[in-house]
Amino acid sequence: MYSQVIDEQPVSSDELNAQEALFQEKIDNDIKIEPRDWMPDGYRKTLIRQISQHAHSEIVGMLPEGKWLTRAPSLTRKSILLAKVQDEGGHGLYLYSAAETLGVTRDEMYLALHSGKAKYSSIFNYPTLTWADIGVIGWLVDGAAIMNQVPLQRCSYGPYARAMVRICKEESFHQRQGFEMLITLCKGKPVQKAMAQDALNRWWWPSLMMFGPPDADSVHSAQSMRWKIKMNGNDELRQKFVDVCVPQAELLGLTIPDNKIIWNEEWQQHDFGEVNWDEFYNVLKGNGVCNRERLKARVDAWEDGAWVRDAAKAYAVKRQRSSSL
Amino acid sequence: MNNNIEELSLSLFMGDNNLILSHRLSEWTGHAPVLEEELALANVALDLLGQARMWLEYAAEISEDYKTADDLAYKREIWEFRNVALVEQPNGHFGDTIVRQFYYDNWHKLILEHLYQSENERIAGIAEKSLKEVRYHLERSAQWTVLLGDGTEESHNKLQTSVNHFWPYALELCNTNTANSGFDDDLASLSRQTWIDSLSNIIAEATLQLPETEFSYSGGREGIHTEHLSLILAEMQCLPRAYPGTQW
Amino acid sequence: MSEWPLWEVFIRSQHGLAHRHVGSLHAPTSEMAVCNARDVYTRRNEGVSIWVVKSADISASEPNNKDMLFEPSHDKIFRHPTFYDLPDDVDYM
Repeated sequence: MYSQVIDEQPVSSDELNAQEALFQEKIDNDIKIEPRDWMPDGYRKTLIRQISQHAHSEIVGMLPEGKWLTRAPSLTRKSILLAKVQDEGGHGLYLYSAAETLGVTRDEMYLALHSGKAKYSSIFNYPTLTWADIGVIGWLVDGAAIMNQVPLQRCSYGPYARAMVRICKEESFHQRQGFEMLITLCKGKPVQKAMAQDALNRWWWPSLMMFGPPDADSVHSAQSMRWKIKMNGNDELRQKFVDVCVPQAELLGLTIPDNKIIWNEEWQQHDFGEVNWDEFYNVLKGNGVCNRERLKARVDAWEDGAWVRDAAKAYAVKRQRSSSL
Repeated sequence: MNNNIEELSLSLFMGDNNLILSHRLSEWTGHAPVLEEELALANVALDLLGQARMWLEYAAEISEDYKTADDLAYKREIWEFRNVALVEQPNGHFGDTIVRQFYYDNWHKLILEHLYQSENERIAGIAEKSLKEVRYHLERSAQWTVLLGDGTEESHNKLQTSVNHFWPYALELCNTNTANSGFDDDLASLSRQTWIDSLSNIIAEATLQLPETEFSYSGGREGIHTEHLSLILAEMQCLPRAYPGTQW
Repeated sequence: MSEWPLWEVFIRSQHGLAHRHVGSLHAPTSEMAVCNARDVYTRRNEGVSIWVVKSADISASEPNNKDMLFEPSHDKIFRHPTFYDLPDDVDYM
């Protein structure tokens, strides 16, 4: 669902050697880097971190929506949600596969997630309290994710770019189903509309945080942009997102919980209020409403499934042995 | 008096079994032992949900009390549900889910192969469409039964316990003693022995043994369920019941 | 215990086309890999046929040998149809 670049390590400022110069030249000429090509260590490490964070976000992201699968209020909504959450699992899988081409195993990435070393998008540490949350997640969270992901289809690393193409293609229905659900709620009974407004109130600011901290505080972006594994600045995308959402909220008849939002004629864009970055860093640190629960769910799934993975492996070994006799 | 009482009973039976099993499978989302299995379980859940809709839509057309498939899913009381106890049983561990599914898929495939020959075109049509999916469900659950049954000692023991545990519930699927249920002929054609025979190759390959007990759970078709169904329905029907007459 | 092996997945999207690499996945056996490939890579009816092959069984050319392997064909332009000038009134060729 989303890639959020967090805690990037500074890249060595050593002088570029010939190999690195050649590498940068390829990137400048939009030649894709493929798994067996030479690449600087920093490029590889940054990519592994970024792609695995993105993959973790997809699978952790299945949890808050998954909670509503058994409570979806119609058979159609239930089918749509199930298909959507399944897609997210698929997207996680495409991304883990892309990261694996860089020489890290999926188990290693899981261990990093489970130990708290690797991050996932902080948005999924917020709770889903009503059915309207499912609509707002589709509209805002998937909307923000798509805005981030579309440019990444052109990123420099071949497997990542190709995974992104597949993901973007599949994800186009996710946002639409969310918005369509909200239209139904907003046209429905007063309590349904109240439900939608409540969900918007809770998800608006966390959605803006999905684009990452302000560029001024994001000191490592420059190198990632030079490597073309980050295509746009955080503030630029956040602005674009606000500009897109304001008329959509109007159409729904909902109020965005920010009284500083106003059209700026001179800049031809919306002014909006200050994001509470303390909250962002606090959730990132593990103090969101659902951090512990989400991580525990993933760790439990992994540990409870160990005997299954071992059994299948043992079976495969046994069969291989008997067929080679 | 409804002239299509047999068709109604049959479609509710098929629809409810699929709906409730789909509900159970969807509970796995985010909790499966490997990522590939998340997608697979969701796939089966989606297929069964789609099939449940087809059966319940047909049932709603015949029914005099309910107008839509959603009405049937969300407005019926527990005693009006016709599913067997097997599909209500909690997921347990992954091996439990696999055995429950393997029992169900075998029966499901056999009954659909029979219904596919029905003179009622509607029933034959739903069966035909469902069969394509169910053959695949069976392939998966059979593969997993073998992998886990013949995997490690731990997995073998776990699976044998699951095989024993779900047996009386699964036998209800082939319980032909269904007075007044209206589709005796269809279901009687699928005898307990036919179903057991369909399991035996895979069970043997998995180095497992089927129990010899004859006891079969019963009551689902008459609306007598295990306590699990009341909790499933409380969850599934919560929104339509809290806000009657609301469009979602 | 170590991870399940990684498999590369190839899908024929429609009759008459070649299988194309679409991605990879983990599975304990080849049969399971085919099943998983169906669930992971054909959720929207993308395929009519699936191949899976263990990633470890694939031999690949070295990127550094690219010149040796591919450069020679660059000057064999006669392999390309546009090499041949034909009169304008020759159609369908």
